[in-house]
Amino acid sequence: MLTKLWNTLNKLSSKKPLKYTLYISAIIIFFAIILVPPIIGILIKAPAMQSFLNQPALVSSALGAISNSFIIALIVAALDLLAGVPLAWLITRGKSRWLSVLDTFADIPFVVPTAALGYSILLFWSSSGGISSIFGSSLISPGWLLVMLLHFTFSFPVVVRVVVGAMLDYKMEYERASRTLGAPPLTASRTVTFPIIKPSLIAAFSLAFARSLSETGATFIVAGIAFQNGPVFIQNLSNGLKSGIISQATYEGGTVFASLILIVVSLVIFGLIRVLGQKLTLPFGKGLPNIEKKLSYKKAAWSRNSIALFVFIVIVLIPSLFVALPAFQAIASGSTLAEALTGQGIWSSFWQSLFLSYGLGAIVTVLGILTGIPMAILISRKTFGKLPSTILDVLINVPLIVPSIALGVSLKFFWQGIPGIPEFLLLVFAHLAITYPYFVRSMSAAMERINVEMEEAARTLGARPFTVFKTIVLPITKYSILSGAIIVFTRSVSETGATLAVTSNLLTAPVLLVNWVNSVRGIISPISGVSELTVGLACGFLILFSFIILLVLRLLTRKGKV
Amino acid sequence: MPDVRVVNVTKKYGNLYALDNVSLTIHDQEYFSLLGPSGCGKTTLLRVIAGLIEPDSGEIYIGDRRVDKIPPEDRDIGFVFQTFALFPHMTAWSNVLYGPKVKNYDAKQAETIGHEVLELVKLNERLNAFPSELSGGMMQRIAVARALAAGAKTLLLDEPLGQLDAKVRNEIRYEIRRMAKDLKLTAIHVTHDQAEAMSISDRIAVMKKGKIVQVGTSQELYMHPNSLFVAFFIGESNFLEGYITKANGQSEIELREGLKVNALNQLNIKQEERVVLAIRPETCEMKKGRVTAENSLYGKVEKTTFEGIVVRYEIRLENGDRFVINRPSLTEEWVKIGEDVSITYPLDKAHLFPYPAAGLTEELKV
Repeated sequence: MLTKLWNTLNKLSSKKPLKYTLYISAIIIFFAIILVPPIIGILIKAPAMQSFLNQPALVSSALGAISNSFIIALIVAALDLLAGVPLAWLITRGKSRWLSVLDTFADIPFVVPTAALGYSILLFWSSSGGISSIFGSSLISPGWLLVMLLHFTFSFPVVVRVVVGAMLDYKMEYERASRTLGAPPLTASRTVTFPIIKPSLIAAFSLAFARSLSETGATFIVAGIAFQNGPVFIQNLSNGLKSGIISQATYEGGTVFASLILIVVSLVIFGLIRVLGQKLTLPFGKGLPNIEKKLSYKKAAWSRNSIALFVFIVIVLIPSLFVALPAFQAIASGSTLAEALTGQGIWSSFWQSLFLSYGLGAIVTVLGILTGIPMAILISRKTFGKLPSTILDVLINVPLIVPSIALGVSLKFFWQGIPGIPEFLLLVFAHLAITYPYFVRSMSAAMERINVEMEEAARTLGARPFTVFKTIVLPITKYSILSGAIIVFTRSVSETGATLAVTSNLLTAPVLLVNWVNSVRGIISPISGVSELTVGLACGFLILFSFIILLVLRLLTRKGKV
Repeated sequence: MPDVRVVNVTKKYGNLYALDNVSLTIHDQEYFSLLGPSGCGKTTLLRVIAGLIEPDSGEIYIGDRRVDKIPPEDRDIGFVFQTFALFPHMTAWSNVLYGPKVKNYDAKQAETIGHEVLELVKLNERLNAFPSELSGGMMQRIAVARALAAGAKTLLLDEPLGQLDAKVRNEIRYEIRRMAKDLKLTAIHVTHDQAEAMSISDRIAVMKKGKIVQVGTSQELYMHPNSLFVAFFIGESNFLEGYITKANGQSEIELREGLKVNALNQLNIKQEERVVLAIRPETCEMKKGRVTAENSLYGKVEKTTFEGIVVRYEIRLENGDRFVINRPSLTEEWVKIGEDVSITYPLDKAHLFPYPAAGLTEELKV
């Protein structure tokens, strides 16, 4: 039956109507579900801003929070680049075979859901059981510095991954040519390698910036009471509404105000990065080669590598995994583990939320792949011409640069106007909107690297377009499809901001975790049965399951089954 | 002005010897080629000399200086890459000035050098173009100009003409040699094209499986190959298998099916030993019919190919061996397919080698 359907579709794939139906459907889905709803959602609630603007104290608090968001995002993205490039360099240029292990470890913060990551960072830097125990008092209290450390930790792997990819694609011949012309290694990097991989450095900076700007759940955990950035401000408004401190009009107005400013300023900054980034050149710097020569050789390179490793291990890796310690204590205590595994008390809601998160992640990943592949082909193969492809290419980035909580809020405003939409579907739409660009970007980049002549060769040998896709494109791009799928899945499973914004009844795992952490810390009224041990164990479960799912996906790809 | 000396250099990748105890001296101002099939180690050797690959053992000298522990930027070399490796984010002019700039020349001096080298490569147009906007020939000239502008006295060229079409390749190869000679450089040129190596080199090293098989002038390699491999790789040869039946200065060899011929036994191979006789196609005379003469072979023409200056005849000898002869196309009457012919070869141009232990096919494998 399936074979027959495949054969029929395969035959039809040579004909234009099927091809164009697929492409046009992908475009319609993109506009109808991903791009247009958030824009309209914000616009229809714009009049509500009036009531908010009449409260100067709240407006000034919003502006302060938003500027905190941008300042932190810019500093964190710059620090990420500063620390990530040397590590990527070490991973790609180093000779030790242990570097492949380091390469895998660099992805660990990806695996840890951000809410768990937030709690982990809080425990490591602030709690008496963490590094603070050495100093006898809380080393870093919740606030802007802890937020910065958190954002650095979760955006660091993004930078490393992008730069490692760029360095692997980079033709070493350019650098060798530079060396034979008299340039010491550092000069060769500054004058040749970095300018050539500049687009990837800019992309890495932009992604880190966007991630920092849009993260909500973990930030909420480490922000403390006094500090707020844009997403935390929106979340505080939502909490204020629930506890009756502010009115519905103030909540909507404040949310639209903060979201609009976040979106507009983000667009301006990304526009500036795009325009200025291309013009940015490193000075040739007469005399610099002499200094760089001293910094290029063994001792200096050893110091550089050691600092890169130290930063990665102490600021990224250990704090990311620190949450596992209470999990071990919980396992050792026995009773907590037994309660958890049998789903007693609060654990019943935990397992439900976990099931919801992974189910949602799986659905969003499958939908992302199905709708993303035709879009990736449209962009990479310029099927409808160069201009439409460029426009689509720019537009699919929009959800990336809009903070996820703002995206969630605007989606909620849009869809709540249409009756009969179940909350779960809203969740799917929100997560699809947030994760869509990641898959399309990864897939279109992979397709651009495929030599079109290979596909043409298959066509001349009698393969129809679907067969060409199945036998040539899919095997070659399977790693990129998997990478895209992993990012979509992990991003969906750990997404907190948009989830908080669009749901009132459904509890995903990160949202539940944020509630538990806030209960432990006394930020919200205590939830019965929640303690540090239960939070630690819950985080441990999240990390463990995410890790197992990713491992299985990787193994399946290695066996060529995906 | 530097000699380049390579002393006992070895480089292994896993169990594979890319360079197997290689020693070589390239003289000052010499235009020297490293020639061999793909994977023979010639590019590895060039890169070891440049400092782009670190050898496992051995020493490299440029002039009096031992350089194998010195990074490439301090070796005072110019390197022209097969892919040109022009920096894609710089214009042609910026590419040329790159070397003087990183070596901290003042701006005026750098520009003067830039103009001088561009004059040398005869390129003074499209200097503001980026590499992607240039033709292959132009990119090649810019790559050479860039290597020369850095002030190197040793020019290393890694298959510099490989990316160019045949016509441009033929033009540029002589120009590169002229430039190297005018500037009194020591040039080492890697190629797998024997015609290219023979036309421009003062001397050539033929390499095989990480070893140098023979070093000599084009003429020496062609006229006096020291091995079956060189006889095969430089020019073309017919290889006839047989046994020595008389082992004096002029030995008698019994080929397959009892066919007997003579050859000079310069390697003093003993009687009864299995041998291979190498005869170049262009050294033979050919007459129609069966003409009895010394050192004659008889056969029937199976195929003729017009190749411009020569006609190539593929002949089936009486004993079943295949034999190729090239004869002038314009000054001789052509022989038709199916005609019987007599072939004679001069004794001093036929080379006798012991039969290789690994077999002839293995020995000639590239």
